[in-house]
Amino acid sequence: MRNPQLNKHGELQHLLTLDGLPRGIITQILDTAAPFTEVAEREVKKLPLLRGKSVFNLFFENSTRTRTTFEIAAKRLSADVINLNVATSSTKKGETLLDTVDNLCAMHADMFVVRHESSGAPHLIAQHLQNTGRDHIHVVNAGDGRHAHPTQGLLDMYTIRHYKKEFHNLTVAIVGDVLHSRVARSQIAALTTLGVPEVRVIGPRTLLPTDVEKMGVRYCATMEEGLKGVDVVMMLRLQNERMNGALLPSPQEFFKVWGLTADKLALAKPDAIVMHPGPMNRGVEIDSAVADGSQAVILPQVTFGIAVRMAVMSMLGSH
Amino acid sequence: MHLPEAEQLIATLAETMRPRVTPDTCLVGIHTGGVWLAERLHALLGLSQPLGSIDVSFYRDDYSAKGLHPQPRGSKIPFDVEAAHIVIVDDVLYTGRTTRAALNELFDYGRPTRVDLAVLIDRGGRELPIAASFCALTLPTPLPAGQNLQLERDDSGALSMRLIHA
Repeated sequence: MRNPQLNKHGELQHLLTLDGLPRGIITQILDTAAPFTEVAEREVKKLPLLRGKSVFNLFFENSTRTRTTFEIAAKRLSADVINLNVATSSTKKGETLLDTVDNLCAMHADMFVVRHESSGAPHLIAQHLQNTGRDHIHVVNAGDGRHAHPTQGLLDMYTIRHYKKEFHNLTVAIVGDVLHSRVARSQIAALTTLGVPEVRVIGPRTLLPTDVEKMGVRYCATMEEGLKGVDVVMMLRLQNERMNGALLPSPQEFFKVWGLTADKLALAKPDAIVMHPGPMNRGVEIDSAVADGSQAVILPQVTFGIAVRMAVMSMLGSH
Repeated sequence: MHLPEAEQLIATLAETMRPRVTPDTCLVGIHTGGVWLAERLHALLGLSQPLGSIDVSFYRDDYSAKGLHPQPRGSKIPFDVEAAHIVIVDDVLYTGRTTRAALNELFDYGRPTRVDLAVLIDRGGRELPIAASFCALTLPTPLPAGQNLQLERDDSGALSMRLIHA
């Protein structure tokens, strides 16, 4: 079966997940993003690539950073951006997801940026568009359930490449709540595809998927073991809103064992970078001194996110 | 067709430009041949402003038909465009669409006082009302559409013209 993300010419048709996306496409996105970072320094922060196209931001779940950076990225490409406020939309009145999509298609949508609490929702939309012969409309997954958050994974790869230049000689640690994290899944897929030789995951066993080793990573039971000699530390947010049941004693207890402090970071390489997808829980997964410290690249991640989303949307919009 | 010596054309072009540039004139080369050419002209004319470069991939009018260049190189304008005298440099002038895209991009950085266009060869076949301010050679008869004329650079840095039959 053909990769549902690629068209018959092997070009990016939808961006749904980094799992199974060819290395060449990931590299092309990162290469395309590089010149876009410079647009922010111009007097006119706009390129004409998506002029006349309509991008619909369909966020069925809350988001500030992702929705805003998608909106900025689309506007810098000269697209018209329509933000749907789902809290007041027809979904509340009982309209199905695909009926909503059909209605927006009738308003001549060219691209959907979708966030949904259910894993697979963007895939469902992409399949529906394909089944109904609407190949000119593209879908970007902006985070679905526990499944994937591909643009976050891509901007993380862009950030790593920016600071570390190469992937083949890196040791990367992902720390915290992997179980509930679509970000971690996208990061692991991208890191392994790009040839990072050692990806470690660190966290309490209750917050790791049972078959985590099958994802091509090494499980480390303690911060001391996991952070030793790493080049990149990728922190995850503790996702209280997705938890049910007693997975953790308390946030304070979590911080004591798994929180990133300056002491623990000292185990990593001296030039290691610290990343976080945001929003941060200071004093839960990361200490303020580290979050604001010289090794943190958390705010550059946000800035690079705009260029990476511009790259994805311009590649999709070009066919 | 006999192809002229690129090095000779560059010398001719520099002499054509010399009376009309000042040390503050800014050169902007269009990727890729135009950037090589602009480097040469910059040295020959003894200009003081740093060299700019433009990759018009993001401004092309055939983006939706041809798609995005797989490896765009981006643009670098390391001087203040506002009130500057700028010469856009390209190896070959053909339809004029690349020049239009470069002009559009340039104006997103500011408002120059004057913009000129310098090219080695005008091959004819214009589709837009665009003309070169400085040109080393205008072909007496336009090249057929199937042929591609471009500047090439070998490992030693020497430049030459090449004709490709598509």
